[in-house]
Amino acid sequence: MSDDAGQPFRVRFLGSGTPETSPGGGGGSGLAVRDVVVHYRDDDGTVATAVDGLSLDVTPGEVVALLGPSGSGKSTLLRAVAGLEPLSAGSITWDGADLVGVPVHRRGFGLMFQDGQLFPHRDVGGNVAFGLEMGGIDRAGRRTAVRELLELVGLEGFERREVSTLSGGERQRVALARSLAPRPRLLLLDEPLSALDRALRERLAGEVRAALVATGTTAIFVTHDHDEAFAVADRIAVMDRARLLQVAEPVELWHRPASRRVAEFLGYEAFVPVDDAPPGLVDVMAGRSGGPGPAVLALGPGSLLRDDALDGTLAGTVVSSGFRRGVVETVVDVDGVGEVTVVEPSGAFLSVASALPGPGDRLRLRPDPAAIAVVPA
Amino acid sequence: MQSAAVGGKRGARSAALRARRRTLRRGWGRGRGRWVGRGVVWGLAAGVPLVFLGVFFAYPVVSLVARGFVTDGGLDLSAFAEVFGRDRTWRVIGLTLAQATVGTAIAVVLGVPGAYLLYRTSFRGRGLVRAFVVVPFVLPTVVVGVAFRSVLAPHGPLGFLGWDGTFAAIVTALVFFNYAVVVRTVGGFWAHLDPRAEQAARALGAPPLRAFLAVTLPALTPAIASAAAIVFLFCATAFGVVLVLGGLRYGTVETEIWVQTTQMLDLRSAAVLSVVQLVVVAAVLAAAGRARTRRERALALGAPERVTAPRLALRGPDRRTGDRIAAAVTGVVVLGLLGMPLGTVLVRSLRTGSGWGFGNYANLATTGGPNTLNVTVWAAALTSLRTAVDATAIAVVIGGLVALVVSRRPRARNARRAVSLLDAVFMLPLGVSAVTVGFGFLISMHRPLGLDLDLRGSTVLIPIAQAVVATPLVVRTVLPVLRAIDSRLHEAAAVLGAGPARVLAHVDWPVAARSLGLAVGLAFAVSLGEFGATSFLARPDRPTLPVVIFRLIGRPGADNLGMAFAACVLLGTMTAAVMALAERLRSGAAGEF
Repeated sequence: MSDDAGQPFRVRFLGSGTPETSPGGGGGSGLAVRDVVVHYRDDDGTVATAVDGLSLDVTPGEVVALLGPSGSGKSTLLRAVAGLEPLSAGSITWDGADLVGVPVHRRGFGLMFQDGQLFPHRDVGGNVAFGLEMGGIDRAGRRTAVRELLELVGLEGFERREVSTLSGGERQRVALARSLAPRPRLLLLDEPLSALDRALRERLAGEVRAALVATGTTAIFVTHDHDEAFAVADRIAVMDRARLLQVAEPVELWHRPASRRVAEFLGYEAFVPVDDAPPGLVDVMAGRSGGPGPAVLALGPGSLLRDDALDGTLAGTVVSSGFRRGVVETVVDVDGVGEVTVVEPSGAFLSVASALPGPGDRLRLRPDPAAIAVVPA
Repeated sequence: MQSAAVGGKRGARSAALRARRRTLRRGWGRGRGRWVGRGVVWGLAAGVPLVFLGVFFAYPVVSLVARGFVTDGGLDLSAFAEVFGRDRTWRVIGLTLAQATVGTAIAVVLGVPGAYLLYRTSFRGRGLVRAFVVVPFVLPTVVVGVAFRSVLAPHGPLGFLGWDGTFAAIVTALVFFNYAVVVRTVGGFWAHLDPRAEQAARALGAPPLRAFLAVTLPALTPAIASAAAIVFLFCATAFGVVLVLGGLRYGTVETEIWVQTTQMLDLRSAAVLSVVQLVVVAAVLAAAGRARTRRERALALGAPERVTAPRLALRGPDRRTGDRIAAAVTGVVVLGLLGMPLGTVLVRSLRTGSGWGFGNYANLATTGGPNTLNVTVWAAALTSLRTAVDATAIAVVIGGLVALVVSRRPRARNARRAVSLLDAVFMLPLGVSAVTVGFGFLISMHRPLGLDLDLRGSTVLIPIAQAVVATPLVVRTVLPVLRAIDSRLHEAAAVLGAGPARVLAHVDWPVAARSLGLAVGLAFAVSLGEFGATSFLARPDRPTLPVVIFRLIGRPGADNLGMAFAACVLLGTMTAAVMALAERLRSGAAGEF
């Protein structure tokens, strides 16, 4: 892939390329963010540090999710990579070439906004073709590419539609097609699904992943929703308060959070120092220490299973319980541990005999060692 | 740099080229070269209008004002004491503020129901009423004056009121003239206001009036304040209307400047009054600017995608009291206040000395009675059109550039300040006396800026003076549209490979172009009807239509008056036609006028 930031990116069409030869699949080293600091100046003149000494690598062809609570600086980092925010310190390189001073339109990066930001004066086809026009592709080439891209995002035949007639989901699909059209060497997605409703969000997350993989696009996907991050990314970078806390593959991240903060953000509920843990918990976790130094056991939904038989080694008092999409979630105040959510298939409660546990009921529980994380204290 | 080893797929030559380019870039220090280049371009875009404004606005105005304060080469401010020592001065200032305040208040009270009716409900013929309401605003001030005279004159339809030549007549005419400003400014904002806030208040148990007062009215306040400030400005600097209606008893600072300069040849008093007016105008503009910022901010917050206006409900079980009040008020205003003067002019234009007919229109091809005009009215109309074309071209170019520069939101704080200063500076011509501009031209263009060149006899001065007056309207029409473009739209285009110039061409231009149509129409209408400055600059052998009309009504003879009415109809028709054309090009976005 080109390391020349001064050149407009090459444009190739979806039909004629395979992932192996696509922009992301080249031999370069991809994106390197080093010790980047970005200050954010408010209208009232106060300066805040939105990104504080952050380093991150994205290898070609990889999809990295940038996950963090709102206000953690992830969008600012994304805008800095795109060239929309100036760096106060540090460097951003692509395949080793420094991008500082390279204007936005010459970086060859794509950016997709939370609300699409479609051009209101252009129809769907005109929006998707915009980047191709800028890249100097002729009319026939643009038409072919637009058709293929709209097909890819499931909007065949939408070329002449006005963007104001589209639903939220359709708009984001058009925005995705538009940002994929010029074959960006890196696609930056800024909470692209956050404005959509839940069911659509879940479906589109899978479709975005499929489109990125099908086109071999290298991408950074900013989101505050872990389900989305886990569904889309090859690796997840967790960001909080302007700093990067951990970068790991989804499974690794879920089971080995690097710190209590990461674990809390992922949804772990109870934290027990290994030394203070009840015996029923310590026994099953034997041999799984979190490395040198004191460790903490992190328990979340699914870490404890209901086990009314005698071998349930832990016990707790029900705080509340509720029904949720095929499962019953019961919050239990487990003796010596704290409040943990116990998840069971709701089918078990169909028979009249087994009613939902009510507040104050005592339950016996059994730990699932595979679903308990060991976190450095 | 580690990148030298990368990119082996390409030739060594291109690698060397790239390395050099990179070194070059770094030579500027973190991409500074690009910023310098863009700075030059934006500097030019801001510089051209500034030079124009400097030469053709600030310089004449300052020359005129300076003439009042400089005696024998020394600064002499005694004129202030002298002018403020006169009762007449205080009476004029008091009258100006009084009629502007009363006129503004009435325009707002009548305009808000109109804004509701025309922008928040739907009914058959709404488009027609909306278009009709604008006609007075773009009508030449002289025509408005003549129209009101014809209604209020002793033998006119409302002659029994005895308002001819009174304060009430002036205020009524000012309301007539500015009603559209309130309706359009408030209506344009109201149309985009999320109705769900008021619905929430209703659901919480507030009766309609309470909900309106507690939720909608506060939300509308920035728009109302902004409209009121503009109307106040127009009222306080009104010239043609006051001159025609007020006679010698009632005047404004603006007409007093005219009287002092042309009748009494007292430049010192005129200069003092110009300064007084400038202070008032600057204060009102500052208030308007603050209201405008709040309005733009208020709109930016959660504007819904589309607000559909419910049908007007006057009868039946679903009738709304608010709708009935709005419809009644607006009906009276449209038929009485707006319709009657316009209708009277039309009727009077058809009445000749020998009964009804088109005799007055036939007379447009003559120069009127003896010693009245030097050219035919048709020739004057042609001069008006030609002048307006030139003035519009100048105003749209200058105003477009200003709007473009002011719509930018630069990152550096100083640049942001410079941008808002430029915004304010270009509002000044809106309020500075056109008489001052016109008279300033006369005395400063004798040897402009020390050049050996007499521009006073030149015909280029009139379009330039009219362009100075029209430019702020162009800015205020185009700017809100440009500002409404989400900055992320620019970013989206840049990320897709569009450089700054192409972002302008592909994002800003297509959106702004439609509002430019309205700007062209407004500028054209304003320069067609411009009277204050033109009255000084028009040469006797090349008068414009408003100058001819003023001359006609000033001469005795029923034929001359009849011709004046016919000429008013001609001028009004030309203006309305231009505005109707421009209105078709208008986008849905909310401009200010």
